[in-house]
Amino acid sequence: MNWNNYFSTSIGKKIIVGATGLFLVLFLVVHAYVNAMIFWMDGGKHFTEAAGFMGGNVAVRILEIGLFAFLILHMVQGLMLASQNAKRRTQRYQVSAGNATSKWYSRSMGLLGTLILLFLILHLFHFWAPNRYGQAFDPQWTEETLYNKMLEVFSHLWVVVVYVLGCISLAWHLMHGFYSGFQTFGLATHKYKGIIRSIGVAFAIIVPAIFASMPVYLHMISNH
Amino acid sequence: MNLNLKVWRQKNNKSQGHFETFKVKDISSEMSFLEMFDVLNEQLVSEGKEPIAFDHDCREGICGMCSMHINGRAHGPWNETTTCQLHMREYKDGDTIVVEPWRAEAFPVIKDLVVDRTSFDRIIAAGGYVSVNTGNAVDANALPIEKQRADESFAAASCIGCGACVAACPNASAMLFVSAKVSHLALLPQGEPERKVRAVNMVRQMDTEGFGSCTNIGACEAECPKGISLENIARLNREYIGAVFSGSAQG
Repeated sequence: MNWNNYFSTSIGKKIIVGATGLFLVLFLVVHAYVNAMIFWMDGGKHFTEAAGFMGGNVAVRILEIGLFAFLILHMVQGLMLASQNAKRRTQRYQVSAGNATSKWYSRSMGLLGTLILLFLILHLFHFWAPNRYGQAFDPQWTEETLYNKMLEVFSHLWVVVVYVLGCISLAWHLMHGFYSGFQTFGLATHKYKGIIRSIGVAFAIIVPAIFASMPVYLHMISNH
Repeated sequence: MNLNLKVWRQKNNKSQGHFETFKVKDISSEMSFLEMFDVLNEQLVSEGKEPIAFDHDCREGICGMCSMHINGRAHGPWNETTTCQLHMREYKDGDTIVVEPWRAEAFPVIKDLVVDRTSFDRIIAAGGYVSVNTGNAVDANALPIEKQRADESFAAASCIGCGACVAACPNASAMLFVSAKVSHLALLPQGEPERKVRAVNMVRQMDTEGFGSCTNIGACEAECPKGISLENIARLNREYIGAVFSGSAQG
């Protein structure tokens, strides 16, 4: 068997979803850390500095390409697995076990991931695309403009609501995904099992809560 | 007690199945679920009707044959029991019970509640064995084995191959079964020589048979009559990754 065959078995495909998923978890930490600079409440000074560092760093720019590649791989492989798995039982049960034997969010990773994707499209349209465009073509553009853009975008209440819903989807996705990634790599055993589950639950609550508090905070201080 | 049963009837693997409703009377709470089915079948035979086909053998929870999906649960609602160990004291007079066969593309229905589980046999044949090509088997006591490893291996080896993991899994994945079979050999020195090839070949056979992939949902562990742990799936993943990256596994 060659490498391609090893990664096209059911476990091989899961290794790809798990590895890319755990990379995205690391990205969330960095993203939350940089954006949390707005909580200095200094009119975006710390944020502008941190975002400026990220924007001007070649290593970060290269990592960004990898991030998009991994994100697309995670989505494509995850959705393909979900659709293949749905065909493994064409005649469904008349009565199903429901929540008696498993958690709803563990069974709904495809749906939760799709909701996150919908949120992500809006999010990229709001900030990533204008920021990259500004950096490339607008000599007046600084990360301070980005901070002001955040204030403007989050002055609309519906945007804040959509962002908070996006964070809730992310929280449930991580509630299963964090543990599941480690399980796929065979690490969730013996004394590590409990630790990984606990850290996963804490991560799934804390990180999305930090993200969700940003649009709420910026909405409160913006002139809406 | 008197019960209403809604049971899946299917003539053969080619025909379309349907649910049929039966009434059974004077069921004792001390009967097992299968004995209740025996009463129903005697009733059907005396009425000149075709009895319901269902798998059963040892009736003491060790053979793994009694594959019934009862009110949405593999082997019924009790934890770590097979259908033959489920007793009628679980039910009340007048209850309606829905009984279905295991449902998975890799377990086609043969007749009524009987499914074809030979896909499991083919997975075992792909690597779930230890080759002893010459001489006698070595005396077991000549091989010192750490107590924890022996216990974990024994726990994995208690898998009876009933298929409840597949029946319960929303993806119809056989990972708990395959992981138990890989684990019990991977943990012992006897299984060491074929360890890497075994993991890769059994996983490939599992995919060929049309089982789904594991997404770590955990319904299999909840329904397993032998309490096989998800840690075995973690071990299978480790075995597979180890085999792939060592570069020595052929397949």
